[in-house]
Amino acid sequence: MGYKADSYDVIVVGAGHAGVEAGLASARMGAKTLMLTLNLDSVAFMPCNPSVGGPAKGIVVREIDALGGEMGRNIDKTHIQMRMLNTGKGPAVRALRAQADKVQYQSEMKRTIEEQDNLTLLQGMVEKLIVEDGVCKGVVTKTGAEFEAKSVVLTTGTFMRGRVILGDLSYESGPNNMQPSVNLSHHLEELGFEMVRFKTGTPPRVNNKSIDYSKTEIQPGDEKPRAFSYETTEFITDQLPCWLTYTGEETHKLINDNLHRSPMYSGMIEGTGPRYCPSIEDKIVRFNDKPRHQIFLEPEGRNTKEVYVQGLSTSLPEDLQQKILKTVPGLENVEMMRAGYAIEYDVVVPTQLWPSLETKTVKNLFTAGQLNGTSGYEEAAGQGIMSGINAARNAQEREAVILDRSQGYIGVMIDDLVTKGTNEPYRLLTSRAEYRLLLRHDNADLRLTELGYEIGMIPKERYDRFLAKKEMIEQEMKRLEKIVIKPSEQVNAVLPENSTELKEAMHAANLLKRPEVTYQEIHQLAPADYEIPEDVAEQVEIQIKYSGYINKSLQQVERMKRMDEKRIPDGIDYFAIGGLATEAKQKLDEVRPLSIGQASRVSGVNPADVSILLVYIEQGKIAKIAK
Amino acid sequence: MEYETIAAISTPMGEGAIAIVRLSGSEAVEIADRLYKGKQALNSVDSHTIHYGHLIDPDTDEVAEEVMVSLMRGPRTFTREDIVEINCHGGLVSVNRVLELVLRSGARLAEPGEFTKRAFLNGRIDLSQAEAVIDLIRAKTDRAMNVALNQMEGRLSTLIAKLRQQLLETVAHVEVNIDYPEYDAEEMTQNLLTSQLKEVEEEIRSILITARQGKILREGLSTVIVGRPNVGKSSLLNSLVHENKAIVTDVPGTTRDVIEEYVNVRGVPLRLVDTAGIRETEDLVERIGVERSRERLKQADLILLVLNYNDELTDEDKKLFEAVAGMDVIVIVNKTDLDEKLDLSKVKELAEEHPMITTSLKNEEGVDELEKSISELFFAGSVESQDLTYVSNSRHIALLEQSRKTLEDALVAVEAGMPVDMVQIDITRTWELLGEIIGDTVSDSLIDQLFSQFCLGK
Repeated sequence: MGYKADSYDVIVVGAGHAGVEAGLASARMGAKTLMLTLNLDSVAFMPCNPSVGGPAKGIVVREIDALGGEMGRNIDKTHIQMRMLNTGKGPAVRALRAQADKVQYQSEMKRTIEEQDNLTLLQGMVEKLIVEDGVCKGVVTKTGAEFEAKSVVLTTGTFMRGRVILGDLSYESGPNNMQPSVNLSHHLEELGFEMVRFKTGTPPRVNNKSIDYSKTEIQPGDEKPRAFSYETTEFITDQLPCWLTYTGEETHKLINDNLHRSPMYSGMIEGTGPRYCPSIEDKIVRFNDKPRHQIFLEPEGRNTKEVYVQGLSTSLPEDLQQKILKTVPGLENVEMMRAGYAIEYDVVVPTQLWPSLETKTVKNLFTAGQLNGTSGYEEAAGQGIMSGINAARNAQEREAVILDRSQGYIGVMIDDLVTKGTNEPYRLLTSRAEYRLLLRHDNADLRLTELGYEIGMIPKERYDRFLAKKEMIEQEMKRLEKIVIKPSEQVNAVLPENSTELKEAMHAANLLKRPEVTYQEIHQLAPADYEIPEDVAEQVEIQIKYSGYINKSLQQVERMKRMDEKRIPDGIDYFAIGGLATEAKQKLDEVRPLSIGQASRVSGVNPADVSILLVYIEQGKIAKIAK
Repeated sequence: MEYETIAAISTPMGEGAIAIVRLSGSEAVEIADRLYKGKQALNSVDSHTIHYGHLIDPDTDEVAEEVMVSLMRGPRTFTREDIVEINCHGGLVSVNRVLELVLRSGARLAEPGEFTKRAFLNGRIDLSQAEAVIDLIRAKTDRAMNVALNQMEGRLSTLIAKLRQQLLETVAHVEVNIDYPEYDAEEMTQNLLTSQLKEVEEEIRSILITARQGKILREGLSTVIVGRPNVGKSSLLNSLVHENKAIVTDVPGTTRDVIEEYVNVRGVPLRLVDTAGIRETEDLVERIGVERSRERLKQADLILLVLNYNDELTDEDKKLFEAVAGMDVIVIVNKTDLDEKLDLSKVKELAEEHPMITTSLKNEEGVDELEKSISELFFAGSVESQDLTYVSNSRHIALLEQSRKTLEDALVAVEAGMPVDMVQIDITRTWELLGEIIGDTVSDSLIDQLFSQFCLGK
């Protein structure tokens, strides 16, 4: 019943946020690529919140853009609101967040994929992989089509044996009642993969016309036009606001009285849910002293009345959800359009992956996104682009590209996943990054564009623009380090009121190091004779002002890099190393770290074990030379 | 990690008149120069030469130690890195002070076997020695861990765990503001941050001041000689002082009327307290009756209880045994050159588990046994593995000092109006440093704290 279909360099299974980045990256790197998805109408679908970005996540979007990915450009074209968050804090934690027009986001992304050279988009359900001697050679669809490929990327999200749970109702389903993928999950288990069950949830959606906004607070977008992509030049100025309201005593009482109807507490849900995104019933049980919880009302798009009720994620029965909604100020007469629900799905234990996202069990097979145990569109997209790049490079017989923890949040996330694994859906937080100060929103291009260009993701013209910007930053920094500002009445008049008077001549750069002095004032006191663009000025200010902290971080990175440069030979037998503690042997054998640096981050491996490993490896080297 | 400058005491603990603190790494010379004052700065002298001078404590600008410093530039050294060896007086007090100084000036305490490991990794040692290196690392780590665990049951670990929790809550609060900017948690203000950090800083300060172990390190084991009049206390003192070089003569902070003699008994620093009193008045029972002396007795780390072999056991002797119950005591039966009148079996009963030494101080007999007994008590016996405790202690002190410094940096930054995410870097570092003291550096704790302290979600 099967038939031979076409062959490709790379096949991407799934077209969610991981899949689209994987497919586009692979095609852009010159690999002949096929994207297979269950349903062409669900390309880049957002099954949960209608937003992109936020702390850490927003920086991932910038990193994807700096590497030549699509998420940033796509949201720049399709958002209904944009805000810069954390503006009152330091530069390392500033983050952009956009509210998306969900439908437009999808159609724009689909168009980009359809137009992309080297990329074929096809509807079809993959049920099996073609695996010979531990090497993946292609995929087989439900209709019997056999596609051959040099690399295969699985990005099947929450579809793997998906099960929707709502009160005492439970049925097999992908998100939003789409069809789940059951056979592929069983097939992966047969191939020897360890799978675990995770859970996530989504809140109800309501009709805009039934909301009394007068009882809520408005949350407008920024007036200043903003964009994720470094390449965006056209800005959307017509923005829609979000609205803030709160749960109250009545809400909490209703939920408390009906906890017995919650599948969370009846034991029906077996999957591990994320702590950072608890359902409303969870919040009320765990934080019962909190008198109210925030509810954000977020429009799902320009051409729809559907509104996402952020803060009310729930798997309580449908009738109860309606009642709960009506206890919230502004929602007294609300019409629920879709009920919230919890979804359970299969996850590939991510310590089964190499840092390239290729699986250790099956060669030429890559996995990315929610399938690897993460949560969030941005986390999925970040893995998606790396898996696409590495699948293409694998097909082209080139070495994998691995971002380290100092290069980007994407590097932090993948290193965490493959080194430590995760026992709940993994969400990026800025606090997961030890070099947070280096991984900023403003410098993603400086961190990654070079690499993007080297691997063929960034076109020459864009790279040249980037080089010009970089050059200008360096030049301006040098200028400020040389130029001296002498004290005078005029100078002191320019300095901010809370700044101490300038008494002695000072280099402009040093004056800029005062926390209250900004680049604007410096530029006024020591103007350049050419125009300095805003993004260049921002870089100069941050790099000079925080140079003390930045240098401290850079020293730490140096240390980490030295450890990461020490490679561990393939096929090392940890059980043969006498001095290692038993737990370390087992953990190291499971994770099979590529470097001493990665080994030192495996949980359960202590510094003495790392020392012993180092000595053992050096010993091996000497033994080889001796031979 | 591999190339940081490391330091450790490289001579056996408690033996020899000279001890060596060795530094290895690219900054070895620079760090030594921060402390060393001699004819020439060390960075200008030839390799493989030795120099006389002093170490100056950079915090007080006072002379800390008289030293000989030898300097060897890599690669012609044991580790193939730059090595500086600081030769100082052999007692625990001196060598430990030197180690503390170099740790405070930027060196990191070497892990067990780390010099050898570096020598190996830099190609200095051949293959056959590799296995031995592995054994060394493992064995020493296990031993050090045991000691660490023992210590950790103490009050210090509880206190440090509490401080870390306080810092963790502060950081979690900062983090929730950053990662969930729209969440309705109270914003961490400058004032709030300052007061929370100051609280922890004060605590660290007071730990540094009062930590008993630290006190012993810096001031020696306070030792009191007790006994009835005319049992030979002065002779004992004299033989201890004369046989061993007194290593400190001028102790700041001590009052005129209390003279303290410092002696180094087989590497154990003894501070013989209130010996002037013993010299002047032989009326011991009366002295014990005085509250102040009683206090002093209670504060002692070691009691040398002297009895007269030539006299029967008296009520006063029994009272003395009662007064020192529960303390570290060595019982000395002196005057064995005279006739036996003391009921030794009765003394053994009273001494319980304390060691008992017989001496004839007049004939210089038994002093060796006494010294051995003191050193055994200190290094292995009831004063519990002091060699290792002592090493991890100078490590603890260095870590506490560093914690205090990073916390100060954080406070200065808050004051200067630095954004909270910069300040957080130093707070987190403090938390890590404190964690190193109690051997807990699991970094996932922050995320756990974040989600247990705040109710976050979509």
